[in-house]
Amino acid sequence: MSSNTLSKKERLAITRQPMPEQPPQVRNRNFNEVNLGFDAETAVIEAQRCLDCPRPTCIDGCPVRIKIPDFIRLIAQKDFIGAARKIKEDNLLPSVCGRVCPQEEQCEKTCVLHGKFQPVSIGRLERFVADYEREHGQAQVKVNTPPNGKKVAIVGSGPAGLACASDLVQWGYDVTVFEALHEFGGVLIYGIPEFRLPKAILKYEIENLQKMGVRFEANFIVGKTMTIDELFEVGGFDAVFLGVGAGLPWFLNIPGENLMGVYSANEFLTRVNLMRAYEFPESDTPVKIGKQVVVVGGGNTAMDAVRTAKRLGAETATIVYRRSEVEMPARIEEVHHAKEEGIIFRTLTNPIEFLSDENGWVKAARCLQMELGEPGPDGRRRPIPVKGSEFEIPTDLVVVAIGNGSNPLISRTTPDLQCNKWGNILTNGNNGRTSKRGVFAGGDIVTGGATVILAMGAGREAALSIDEYLKTGIWDSEPESALKK
Amino acid sequence: MNLILQAEFIAPDIKKFVIAAPLIARKAKPGQFVILRVWEKGERIPITIVNGDPENGTVTLIIQGLGKTTRQMNMLNSGDYVHDLVGPLGQATHIENFGLAVCVSGGVGTAEALPIARALKEAGNTVIAIIGAREKALVICEAEMRTICDEVIITTDDGSYCTHGLVTDVLKTVIARNTKPDFVLAVGPLPMMRAVSEMTRPFSIKTMVSLNSIMVDGTGMCGGCRATVDGKTVFVCVDGPEFDGHQVNFDEIARRQKQFANQEKISAEIINKEPQKVLHQCRLAKAINEISKS
Repeated sequence: MSSNTLSKKERLAITRQPMPEQPPQVRNRNFNEVNLGFDAETAVIEAQRCLDCPRPTCIDGCPVRIKIPDFIRLIAQKDFIGAARKIKEDNLLPSVCGRVCPQEEQCEKTCVLHGKFQPVSIGRLERFVADYEREHGQAQVKVNTPPNGKKVAIVGSGPAGLACASDLVQWGYDVTVFEALHEFGGVLIYGIPEFRLPKAILKYEIENLQKMGVRFEANFIVGKTMTIDELFEVGGFDAVFLGVGAGLPWFLNIPGENLMGVYSANEFLTRVNLMRAYEFPESDTPVKIGKQVVVVGGGNTAMDAVRTAKRLGAETATIVYRRSEVEMPARIEEVHHAKEEGIIFRTLTNPIEFLSDENGWVKAARCLQMELGEPGPDGRRRPIPVKGSEFEIPTDLVVVAIGNGSNPLISRTTPDLQCNKWGNILTNGNNGRTSKRGVFAGGDIVTGGATVILAMGAGREAALSIDEYLKTGIWDSEPESALKK
Repeated sequence: MNLILQAEFIAPDIKKFVIAAPLIARKAKPGQFVILRVWEKGERIPITIVNGDPENGTVTLIIQGLGKTTRQMNMLNSGDYVHDLVGPLGQATHIENFGLAVCVSGGVGTAEALPIARALKEAGNTVIAIIGAREKALVICEAEMRTICDEVIITTDDGSYCTHGLVTDVLKTVIARNTKPDFVLAVGPLPMMRAVSEMTRPFSIKTMVSLNSIMVDGTGMCGGCRATVDGKTVFVCVDGPEFDGHQVNFDEIARRQKQFANQEKISAEIINKEPQKVLHQCRLAKAINEISKS
């Protein structure tokens, strides 16, 4: 059946193909990936649902404007490698984005089928072709542009840095990625758990970049091991891109937060993901195994933490969130998966104190019941405490997952780099130029905590701007805050 | 991976390492630390830098074998590799000419006090070192301290060397002298730093203590090292490691340092039972490094 022989009516008659996944009661006891991915047959069926609109609105929903109908058409024609290459014209890491992008808020939301029908599973198809390309060893790692002799330093090996490095190396730049930790990937390795993004996939993508000529330096903290000025003067770099992420965990600032058994999401997830505490004592790094776990927050990180706690053996694992489920910033799929796995949701609940047992371990979260009031400046209805509603949730492990601020390591040692009062680096619109000549920035350090794909988009915008700067030598930048808080 | 150039025991279970780390050596300042990992699945632990030698491109670390990682590290010799070494981390000690400065150190803390004593001396201070140890064999860095300081007073818990007693007993007599100290630094076990801080408090002598919290990344990302100082939460890795001893909540730090006591016992059993396997884990790093070079 050729894809272009189907009528619109026939296409609309095909139902959205479900994602095969591990059964909830099996997967909540292991760290293997939850979603198993489409097979080729399912992918072709799903691809045939695409109406191949003359003016595709799905592309408008994609932060990096992947040519969505083009790659889907190639899938329908069973040219899976061609489809993968088509995506890679705009997005270097489809195997990652196909897994962690909030498609329901992006391309799938603007798909014409959304609403009256079910949108095309763009994310699942993206993931399928990326996996197909990897499994068939078909990734292109050859750089066709000759080296141009210019050196670019990328600070941080997370999504922004990897995207920026990927473009620059293909344009002939000598690119070095500096990473503070001992493994590469940033939040993709320390934050996002194995069951959502297997480490092997990330490792493969990074090895491909290495094959293309990108150098990777671990255990190197820009701001400490070398300052930015030293990267220029001693390192001989011509430009520096800062994609360091938002790496300073926020706490609730309530009594009892420093009790034993209270972690930031960063610490809890880093211990488990990067340091492999789930293998303890095979791996040396321990983590507290909670029986009654409370995770505070409603974002993807909160979902990752609570599902991780469940997999580590928690009897109850509970999300405590001060607004209602509608306001939760987490992806719908993550909330849905969490519920299937037996995660308890206590919304409109706000912790005001953590209580200690006689040995200094947390034993309960004292909370207030909330109700929703008038919408705040961000459009979300504000939670207001219900008077006299105090109650306790017994717990032996609390994970605070309410977001991250900006890490001051670089700004403290780079006085001529302008930041806003929250420590976010100011940039000249989208091109990433900062107040310091030759220094660019993008991703969460500019925008505050956001998504993987937005950070990748920022990395690519900056790559274009770096290319322009190093070709013309012209530096004009009027940086401003990307945050409209 | 970083090559170990020299390794020797300077006291029972206390080993001195000189490690090739040219970038860290260039930047290391007194009071700063590195995070190291001994093998592929090893824990990240903070260790204070005793010396950075930019000319030779080396850093000196002195490590007491207590938990699995430090004991595993102390199995390594020159020619072996440290799997990961990153730094320098933390704020450098604030050095100025206070006048009379006293460096009080206990156990392996004397190694950490050494570069600070040197910097204080170079800044023009009169420097007294008070070194405490459980017994004579555990007194370290005595000769180096003697070359730097105007006066070195040593005390042992069991009286096997010099004065018999605790560092606080000595500090009491030093404070009682005609010239009161203007600055006290305490580096060592938590109860010792706390006792020193309590002793100087009534005299309002500025007292800094060097906190050794449990850390993961060491760059402010995880918040695991948080402590309460002056009623506010601080991150020891980026705001410290040195803080005003009169403002530190020692009870909280003491508890937090023991939060993994049960797991530490499990890890200790592994190294007790199978020391050869544990040694092999880190020797593997050397083999891999040599293969990748060839």
